Amino acid sequence: MPDAPLILAIIMMIALNLYAIMGGADYGGGVWDLLAVGKRAKEQRDLIAGAIGPIWEANHVWLILVVVILFSAFPVAFSVVSIALHIPLTLLLLGIIARGTAFTFRKYDSTKDFVQRRWGRIFAVASLITPVLLGIVVGAISEGSVTADVAGKSFDQVYIKPWCNGFCFAVGGFALVLFSFLAAVYSTVFAQTEELKTDFQRRALGAQGACACLALLVFLLSERSAPGLRESLAHSSWSILLQAATAVCAVSSSVALLKRKFHIARFFAAGQVSLILWGWGLAQYPYLIRPDTTINNAQGAASTQTLLIAAIASGAILLFPSFYFLLKVFRHQIDQPISK
Amino acid sequence: MSDLIFARAQMGFSLAFHIIFAVAGIALPVMMVIAESLWLKTGDETYKTITKRWARGTAVLFAVGAVSGTVLSFELGLLWPEFMKWSGSIIGLPFALEGYAFFTEAIFLGIYLYGWDKVNKSMHLISGWIVAISGALSAVFVVTANAWMNSPTGFKLVGNLPTEIDPIKAMSSPAALPQVLHMLIAAYAAIGLLAAGVHAFMLLRDRQNEFHRRAFGICLALGCTMAVLEPISGDLIAQMVANTQPVKLAALEGQFDTMRGAPLRIGGLPDVEKAETPFSIEIPKLLSFLAHHDFNAEIKGLKEFPREDWPPVLWVHLNFQIMVFCGIIMGLVSMCAGAIYLKTRKLPDHPLFLKAVVAISPLGLLAIESGWMVTELGRQPWVITGILRTSHAVTPMPGLALPFAMFFLVYIILAVVVVVLLIREFSRSADLQVGTAAAPAGEVSDHA
Ligand code: HDD
Ligand code: HEM
Ligand code: HEM
Repeated sequence: MPDAPLILAIIMMIALNLYAIMGGADYGGGVWDLLAVGKRAKEQRDLIAGAIGPIWEANHVWLILVVVILFSAFPVAFSVVSIALHIPLTLLLLGIIARGTAFTFRKYDSTKDFVQRRWGRIFAVASLITPVLLGIVVGAISEGSVTADVAGKSFDQVYIKPWCNGFCFAVGGFALVLFSFLAAVYSTVFAQTEELKTDFQRRALGAQGACACLALLVFLLSERSAPGLRESLAHSSWSILLQAATAVCAVSSSVALLKRKFHIARFFAAGQVSLILWGWGLAQYPYLIRPDTTINNAQGAASTQTLLIAAIASGAILLFPSFYFLLKVFRHQIDQPISK
Repeated sequence: MSDLIFARAQMGFSLAFHIIFAVAGIALPVMMVIAESLWLKTGDETYKTITKRWARGTAVLFAVGAVSGTVLSFELGLLWPEFMKWSGSIIGLPFALEGYAFFTEAIFLGIYLYGWDKVNKSMHLISGWIVAISGALSAVFVVTANAWMNSPTGFKLVGNLPTEIDPIKAMSSPAALPQVLHMLIAAYAAIGLLAAGVHAFMLLRDRQNEFHRRAFGICLALGCTMAVLEPISGDLIAQMVANTQPVKLAALEGQFDTMRGAPLRIGGLPDVEKAETPFSIEIPKLLSFLAHHDFNAEIKGLKEFPREDWPPVLWVHLNFQIMVFCGIIMGLVSMCAGAIYLKTRKLPDHPLFLKAVVAISPLGLLAIESGWMVTELGRQPWVITGILRTSHAVTPMPGLALPFAMFFLVYIILAVVVVVLLIREFSRSADLQVGTAAAPAGEVSDHA
């Protein structure tokens, strides 16, 4: 029986995983909104809006869950990231505000084309920037220079250096292309016409290529920037297995895309992104924030941790069926404006 | 100005912004399901139109509420890392529970908004109720966390750190129940009367409009009931403050000297230098009575406490006056509505009454904002009463003026957009010719 901090860390990883494969696709959708071209541009945009519509607020909750578990179960870690990563987190918040509100306003504002376009532009640009910042934060906590011990250090050392570097930006870019990949693959399933399916099939394959390049880049840069992470990624037996599994998923999703077996592609694409995330999580273990904040030395009260686990477990029993119900009701559903 | 001031200002306006959407998210779904129930019961299509209108409003406001709430949960750490380090594991539980309440709300709001033709009628109504209940639960949980900051319990202090943490006990701090009641009733009263004001405004132009008559009825029924209850729960919360936070009570009332049979002050500008509150009307012994239900009870004055532990007395007192003033006016108009209804059994629609409702419609939100200023400013200089000072909780990050300015700008823009969208909704429904076919002709329905 694993102990409470480990269980909570695993729950956080699960929430992060769900956020990535569901909320992540919403971000990716924004990217394709921005890149919508050709005579079917409007159809492409509508398809994306329809797929995001009913559930983006629910998807968003996974991020909140991560934050809440972090500050209740690991209050020290919350305080450390909040101090050292103040700048990227603030920018991330601005991105989240712009994206969520622009998406909603687009839906409820005038249906005139230029108004729609204006909100759509904000939504899309924010969708592009926010995942990069998310990736930057993940990069920074893996890297090993995040500290809340500000005494005698320069502003630059504490607040800038831990995240403003090539490695973190590469991780940011990686997050962006992974999310775009997911969104494109999901859209191949949602699309109602063969032409639209083909549009997104091409996009998905392109994004898959970009994912491979950025994965390589991140790995190369990690040698200098994140030696601790690199060490456990490259030299443990579980890691080899996990990477093999990731590769299998990546190849399978690509092949399925080529053969237009879109449901299968969706399954493997989600698997691929999840495995990448868990690979990172395992390599990061037992650290929450490198170099010195771990799930054991950052933990808060044991009584709270037990109660949290109980609350989350009982909540999950209630909520997963409801969430499944929501998804089921709206599967394959192209959005229609709420009747006036 | 110092970084601390900017951090406090940023926290304050983020919360003041969020609370507007939060209270709408609490009260609108209730109005929406009442309208839907009436539609199902009477078959009157006007009610269905009303339901859909309010559902649209709920959806826009919900999105902004969700986003601004997300910002808050990050801001707790970005601005107050020491506070979160100290109390994260004590008040994390209510925040986690709020997350669930929100999740439930988001799921069922999705079903409600998009499911009109996809789920059956009773499932649809049940989804609406779940949205309404989980909206209220969100508020219960966060306010519980805030109540703990005001009257901390559920841990032992060893040195400067908490041990033997009991999160359940922390959730049932003395301030929790009175604050939760007062907050929920405030949300229903404020939004009920605000919406009533909008429909009253439309009715002044077109008295026979069935859409607005029915909508006005629902709003009045909810808003007036709650506005009458609010001062009663105000009494409860005032006693709690008197018992647990004597400095805050003294600041609320501008009471500098400790005395038995303290007077209630109406108006007045507390002067901290001179330690007196001039320009006020004093009602003898009433404060002692209100605070402890005994005309001769002792009220501790500010002078009893070290000067550096005083909250900003002037602001706390003024905000308290504003809230109570709003509460009294809202309560009186509501009792008036009740009296008219009991006598005539009709929707109160006299133009004078409609004008009165329009006039008081913003007071609920004003009272909520000023009430929160009372609570939060009244707790200063502490984040956690008597335990952690705000100045020790703030982040070491310099240059907080910049994020303050950015968020301020973004929130102003958001506020403008939301107002424009809502006004457009209202003016659209002004020209609405609805339900004329389905509604029994000429019949004035009264469901108030
Ligand atoms: C519609 C809104 C509204 C109205 C009409 C009133 N209040 Fe209120 N009041 C609030 C909305 C509010 C609030 C915004 O919801 C607060 C802030 C914190 C809280 O829990 O409730 C609050 C706080 C608050 C506090 C401070 C509690 C604390 O610091 O912990 C007191 C003493 C009162 N109220 C008392 C009253 C009295 C005696 C009223 C009589 C008319 C009254 N309120 C009307
Ligand atoms: C939504 C209604 C609320 C409003 C309008 C509000 C307003 C404010 C204001 C004006 C301040 C700055 C006070 C000062 O430093 O002078 C503040 C501070 C703060 N509030 Fe609230 N507040 C609200 C609810 C809450 C709730 C529910 C919580 C927590 C559960 C909370 C937590 C805090 C914290 C941590 C601070 C910073 C520390 C401090 O200044 O004491 N607030 N709030
Ligand atoms: C008295 C103060 C507050 C009340 C009554 C309140 C109530 C609510 C309500 C009803 C919602 C649902 C959204 C909606 O229906 O519009 C909501 C959302 C939210 N609130 Fe508040 N809230 C308050 C203060 C706070 C504070 C201090 C925090 C931060 C710590 C916070 C965090 C959130 C979050 C994170 C969400 C969105 C949840 C999500 O996106 O997952 N709220 N709040």
